[in-house]
Amino acid sequence: MKTFSIGGVHPHDQKLNTEAPAKVLPLPKQVCVMVSQHLGAPSQPIVAKGDKVKVGTVLTQNDAFLSAVVHSPVSGTVNKIADIPDASNYPKPAIFIDVEGDEWEESIDRSPEIKREITLDGPAIIQRVKEMGIVGMGGACFPTHVKLMPPKDAKAEFLLLNGVECEPYLTCDNRLMLDHAEEIMIGATALMKALNVSQTIIGIEANKPAAIKHMTEVAAGFAGIKVQPLKMKYPQGAEKQLIKALTGRAVPSGKLPINVGCVVDNVATCYAVYQAVQKNMPLVQRMVTVTGPEVPEPTNFWARFGTPVSEFIAAVGGLPENTGKVISGGPMMGKALCSDEASSVKGMSGILILPEKQAHRREVYPCIRCGKCVEACPMGLEPYLIASSAAVKDFGLTEKARVMDCIECGCCQFTCPSNRPLLDCLKIGKATVGKIIRARNAK
Amino acid sequence: MANNNKWVISGAPHVHGPESVTKIMWGVVIALIPAFLVSFYFFGLRALLVTFVTVVSCLFFEVLINALFFKRPGTLRDGSAMITGLLLALNLPAGIPLWMAAVGALIAIGIGKWAYGGLGSNPFNPALVGRVFLLISFPVAMTTWTLPRPLFGGGFLADAVTGPTPLAIAKEGLKAGQSVGDVMSQLPAYSDLFFGNMAGSIGEISAIALLIGGIYMLCRKIITWHIPVAFLGSAFVFAGILWCCAPDKFMDPVFHLLTGGMMLGAIFMATDMVTSPMTCGGKLIFGCGCGVLTILIRTFGAYPEGVSFAILIMNAFVPLINRACKPERFALAK
Repeated sequence: MKTFSIGGVHPHDQKLNTEAPAKVLPLPKQVCVMVSQHLGAPSQPIVAKGDKVKVGTVLTQNDAFLSAVVHSPVSGTVNKIADIPDASNYPKPAIFIDVEGDEWEESIDRSPEIKREITLDGPAIIQRVKEMGIVGMGGACFPTHVKLMPPKDAKAEFLLLNGVECEPYLTCDNRLMLDHAEEIMIGATALMKALNVSQTIIGIEANKPAAIKHMTEVAAGFAGIKVQPLKMKYPQGAEKQLIKALTGRAVPSGKLPINVGCVVDNVATCYAVYQAVQKNMPLVQRMVTVTGPEVPEPTNFWARFGTPVSEFIAAVGGLPENTGKVISGGPMMGKALCSDEASSVKGMSGILILPEKQAHRREVYPCIRCGKCVEACPMGLEPYLIASSAAVKDFGLTEKARVMDCIECGCCQFTCPSNRPLLDCLKIGKATVGKIIRARNAK
Repeated sequence: MANNNKWVISGAPHVHGPESVTKIMWGVVIALIPAFLVSFYFFGLRALLVTFVTVVSCLFFEVLINALFFKRPGTLRDGSAMITGLLLALNLPAGIPLWMAAVGALIAIGIGKWAYGGLGSNPFNPALVGRVFLLISFPVAMTTWTLPRPLFGGGFLADAVTGPTPLAIAKEGLKAGQSVGDVMSQLPAYSDLFFGNMAGSIGEISAIALLIGGIYMLCRKIITWHIPVAFLGSAFVFAGILWCCAPDKFMDPVFHLLTGGMMLGAIFMATDMVTSPMTCGGKLIFGCGCGVLTILIRTFGAYPEGVSFAILIMNAFVPLINRACKPERFALAK
C-alpha cells in the first residue's frame, strides 16, 4: 500500500461512532456569518442592518483574484454587522442574521435527484465555482476557482482528491464518501473538465475500508477516476505528502502542486463543486464532526455556516462534565477555542471535546537531543534546531534551517519525549522569517 | 457560556505520542538488567555494591549541585542521574575502592554534566568522563581486575583474585614479542568471552547480555541500529584488515569484538542520545569513527583498551557532524 516517504507519525486514529448516520443540525435562532472565510484578501459585506436575506443571497463582495464570496446560510433579517472573536480569538467582522423560516433563492435546485450530465463547459464551471464561494474544505480555505486556473506555463495532469482524513477523531469526510460517493464523482468529473485533465486519483487511508470499498465501486462507473488506498500515516492529508503518496512526485520547496502537474482538492470540496455546478447551490453548509472521548454519541452534522459552537455541543447532549478543552478541527492541527460563541465556518471540519485530563500539556523536560523530531518531520527538517534558533531570536539561522518549508503538522511536538513546545517555536519562527523575507523582497 | 473560562487554550497539537523521557530512561534500566545479572554471577555482591555506591552518589551530587549552584530542588525525576550512575558502575572494575567510585560519580555529574548546564547540554558522555578521570587519576586501582568466579562454583565469600583482562594479556604479549598464537593460548576460549567469563569491568564482560539489552532497546526504539552496527562493523573491518595484513602481529577481529568495552561502548555508551548525532547518516559516521579509533588505540596506542577514549573523541565531533549531516529534505527547490 502506498504512502509518503519521509517522516510521519502514527497517532491513535480515534474514529468514534463511524457507523452513525449523519444528522441535520436544527437551524439556530441566530447565525453569525464570518465575512471572510477564505485564504486571501478580506471581503466586504454588501448587506446592511435590516436587510431581508434568503438562503443563498450573496452577503459579501471581493474583487481580488485570491478571494471567495460568502452566501447567506439562512433566511431572515440582518441584525447587525459587528466584530466577534473567530476560532483564533481574533476579533473579525461578522454578519449576524436572525433566522426566519428556511426560504431558499429560487435559482437553487433543491431536488433530491442526482444530476449526472454536466452541461456547463470548462470556463463556465470555473465561473460557477467562483460565484458559489467554494473554498478548500480541508481546513486551509484556499479559493477553489484559483486552483482551477493554473498559470500559463503549468499544465495539470492529475486531479487528486483528498479522502485521507488523517486527523484523529474526524469522520466527516468518511461519512460524506459513504453517503454521497456519486455526487463526489460527478464533482470530480466537473473539475476534470474545468482543468482539462483525464485522470483523477482519490486517496483514502486504510482505516476507512467501507469508504474505500464504496468509492471504488462507484468510481468504476466514471471514466478516469480511480481510488487508491493508502497506508495510515499522519500527515498524509497534507498536500505535499498526499501528492508524494499518490503520484510519487515531490513538490519542490516554495512551489505549488501545479508545478508538478497536480491539483489537490478535498472530497468535501468536490461535493460542494457538484452542488454548485449541477444544482446551482452556493456553499452554505457542510458536514461537521462533533466528537470526543467522553461525548456519549459522537455524530456528524449537516450544519449551516455561522452556527455557534454552543448549538453543536447542545446537539450531542451538552458538554460532558469534565470538559477541559474544545477544539475547532482535529487534535493535531486544530485550534483550541476559548468560547462556545465562535461560529462554524467553511473550513471547520470538526468540534473535538477533550476531557480535563487530556486538555493539558505535559511537563517540559530539557531537549535530550534524541533526534526523534528529525525522524518524524515529513518535510525532512530539523525541528529542534529551528525551534531553538527561533527561541533565541536567531532568525537568520531559523531561515537557513528552512523554516518556511514547515507545514505545521505538529509531528515533531507529538513525538518529542521531552514534551517540548516545538511547534509553537516553529510557528513564531515561520511568521517572523516570513515578515523578514517580505520586507527584503519589498526593497 | 458557563464553562468558557475554564477551557484550556494551547497551541496544536493537542495530543501527544507515547514517548517520554521517563520511559526512555527506565527502558535503558531494563535493558541493563541482563548485564547486571551476569556481573552479579561472575563478580558477586561486590559488583552490586559498587553499582549501589555510584548510583546513590550520582543522585546525591545531582541534588547537591542543584541546591548549591541553582538554588532549586534536584532534577531526579528525569532519571538521567540514575542512568549515569548505572553506566559508570558498568565501566568500573568490581574491586575498585568504594570512595573512588563515589569520586567518579562526582566528576561524572559535576564536570561531565552540570558544568555544561545539565541534561541535554553536555557534549561528552558523563559516565565516560567519570571513568576516564578515574583511569588517569588512579591507574592501578582502575586496572586491577577481579577474575570472574561463577556464583555457584563455590568461594562466594572468599577473597577476590585479580588478574589481567584479555586485552591486557594481548597488549603485553604482543609488546614482548610473542606471536598471536602464543597470546591466544593464554586467553579464555571465545565462548567464555561471549558469555562473560573473563576479567573486566562490571558491565563489559558478557557480549550476549549486552546484545540482549541492545535488542530490547532497538525494539523499544530507544536506540536505532546505526551507531552499534557502524561501531562494531567498522571495528571488525578495520581490525580484519590489520589481521589479514599480518595475522601473527595483530589479534583477529572477533577477539576485538568480544573483549573489553566494545559491546558496552557500542550498545550503551555511544548511543547516549545527548552526545550522539541527530541524523541517521551522522550516526553512521559517528559509529565508524568510534570503531576505527578504538582499534587504533588498542593496537597502536599505549592503553590496551580504547573504547572510552574513542567515544569521548567522537563526542567532540558531534556538533560538526550535525552540521554536515542534514536529514533528507522533502524536495529541494530546482
